[in-house]
Amino acid sequence: MKKDIILAGVGGQGILTIAASIGLAALEENLELKQAEVHGMSQRGGAVQSHLRISDKDIASDLIPLGKADLVLSVEPLESLRYLPYLCPDGWLVTNSTPFVNIPDYPEMEDIRREIQKIQHHLIVDADRISKDIGSTRSSNIVMLGAASSFIGLETSLFEAGIDRIFRGKGEAVVRMNIRAFQAGREYVEMKLSGKSKSYNNSAG
Amino acid sequence: MKKLLLLGDEAIAQGGLDAGISGIYAYPGTPSTEIMEYVQGSSEAAERNIQREWSANEKTALEASLGLAYTGKRAMVCMKHVGLNVAADPFMNSALTGVNGGLVIVVADDPSMHSSQNEQDSRYYGKFALIPVLEPSNQQEAYDMTYAGFDLSEKYKIPVMLRITTRLSHSRAGIKTKEKKREKKLVLPEDPGQFILLPTFARIRYKGLLALQPNLRKEAEESPFNVYFDGKDRSFGIIACGIAYNYVMENYPDRIIPYPLLKISQYPFPVEMIRKITETCTAVLVLEDGYPFLEEMLIGLQKKGIPVKGRLDGTIPRDGELNPNIVSDALGIGYEKGKPVPGLVTNRPPALCKGCSHADLFTALNETLRKYKPGRVFSDIGCYTLGALPPFNSINTCVDMGASVTMAIGAADAGLIPSIAVIGDSTFTHSGMTGLLDAVNKNSPVTIIISDNSTTGMTGGQKSSATGRLESICTGIGVNPAHVRVLNPLRKEHETNVAIIKEEIEYRGVSVVIAQRECIQTAARRKRKAKQK
Repeated sequence: MKKDIILAGVGGQGILTIAASIGLAALEENLELKQAEVHGMSQRGGAVQSHLRISDKDIASDLIPLGKADLVLSVEPLESLRYLPYLCPDGWLVTNSTPFVNIPDYPEMEDIRREIQKIQHHLIVDADRISKDIGSTRSSNIVMLGAASSFIGLETSLFEAGIDRIFRGKGEAVVRMNIRAFQAGREYVEMKLSGKSKSYNNSAG
Repeated sequence: MKKLLLLGDEAIAQGGLDAGISGIYAYPGTPSTEIMEYVQGSSEAAERNIQREWSANEKTALEASLGLAYTGKRAMVCMKHVGLNVAADPFMNSALTGVNGGLVIVVADDPSMHSSQNEQDSRYYGKFALIPVLEPSNQQEAYDMTYAGFDLSEKYKIPVMLRITTRLSHSRAGIKTKEKKREKKLVLPEDPGQFILLPTFARIRYKGLLALQPNLRKEAEESPFNVYFDGKDRSFGIIACGIAYNYVMENYPDRIIPYPLLKISQYPFPVEMIRKITETCTAVLVLEDGYPFLEEMLIGLQKKGIPVKGRLDGTIPRDGELNPNIVSDALGIGYEKGKPVPGLVTNRPPALCKGCSHADLFTALNETLRKYKPGRVFSDIGCYTLGALPPFNSINTCVDMGASVTMAIGAADAGLIPSIAVIGDSTFTHSGMTGLLDAVNKNSPVTIIISDNSTTGMTGGQKSSATGRLESICTGIGVNPAHVRVLNPLRKEHETNVAIIKEEIEYRGVSVVIAQRECIQTAARRKRKAKQK
């Protein structure tokens, strides 16, 4: 078992929380793990990424080599495209559909969508709407984790254990809310994939 | 035992705690900040009540750690690479005084300048000071080397440097910990002259340090962290320093490497091991994250040895951090990229947060300076350095901690009046106060704006040394109290703020404008915490 995942977003959007959830899920399973993060200057609203590698064998590099990522999981559509050189030919690109516009030359959303649709295996998820529907607007990053979780190859219960460990300090209600967000993301994608098994290119959301 | 999931920085901190440190000293600086933060968050450190307060700067931190090690106890000090420039004086001299208790000096380099002004390689400092340097290749080694570094330091009674780079500082992995050691007892040095670097004593100490060198080299030759792996194909040998070793391994998924490979993680250079690989192979590739430190020495000025590939012959880019792909190319393996980045993907540079006090200050400053030609705002290191970028374009320099104040003085000396400095509160207390004293002593016509958000913002909101005391510090240094002005950088105060800055810029003497409003991030965090209680 070996999964190389690029997590992408804008500083402050919570990709490190996603990374930590996957990391703790992998530890529950006694897998090897390396996770490189960006700290410091770029965290101030800049493009940020995290390289997350899990495997049942030892992992050498902290960085994923170009062309080797099994999954690009992005919480922002423009950012999902920034790491395409890392994605392997049959890898998945899973992204939130809500743009984070903090630059003057942000491209047209339709153009971004068109570029994403050129990737063979892609999913565009309206995680903001889903998190709103379940009454937790701040959990869209965990919805995205749920949406991408079926491509990671770990049991749902392991992710839930990871989420529990991360949010435990904030109280039972916060844990429950985030587990619900995770499930909502996962269910959405499972429905999407089973319903349209041959047309992944139809963007969801 | 279950593994701990730790950043490289955190592994170092845990290694120090388990090795029985009695104190850790640091000034925040990416990528080293998380070492101290981990200790500050550790319940064990709280129970043992080990010293874990931030220092005013890296020099005070290193001196305090040396003082702690003077007493026979174990001390750790942490900084980013450019922080070692600030601490270079005590650093160099600590090699001569030596230590009594173990002292590990952690220096985190930032190749590729992810969050820094340069990418200097601290291994040169280690060689310069003639002390051992440990350079872990992964998180487990970061832990193990910190733990072992204290023993090495005490064995030879000298400080030991632990050098890491950003990638390892900020990457997580599972760590196996070792047995916890007790803290050492307070025992003063046997030799009362050891720490007195008067020339007569210093000459003796220096001879002693030189005499140690063969032993330190022998330690490196025998170190478990330096390993020679033989290989069948001797047309080529690989020397990989620190984290570069991982990138070599990444390129051989079955971990079988056809060439002889020397992994170097402890310095001074294990000369015999290096000779073995250069005598065995007909060419050698040197992989180092940072400068071509070993590579240059290996080639030498006479260029008589075997061909050396690396950063100097263009096999590897001369600048920037290594990665598995660069190493793949250097090994002649190659790789296949994914799809290219679409042309519409624009850069998203870091920016000041929404509601940031620096932003409102820059808006006011820009308006005040509209009647002047640009080029007279000297600035410094911090979040406010982003004021150099659009939409503000407010500042004209960023060189090193504190340089805003002193460069403004020099420019004013040359006749650039008004001459303005913009510096943060933490940077001011780090290295700006002495510059202000220079300004006061010659009544330099400069306006020093302290953009006081009451935190060390860029590194994530650590305590700032003199929160609430900046006015008294400035008047204490000798600034006329009538020209120490405080303003509140808020949009609704814009007109007032422009008027205050204008008055002080027109004043032909030293003036300080303190633009005081709490960092939006720390304020939000404080409110969230209060709500939880």
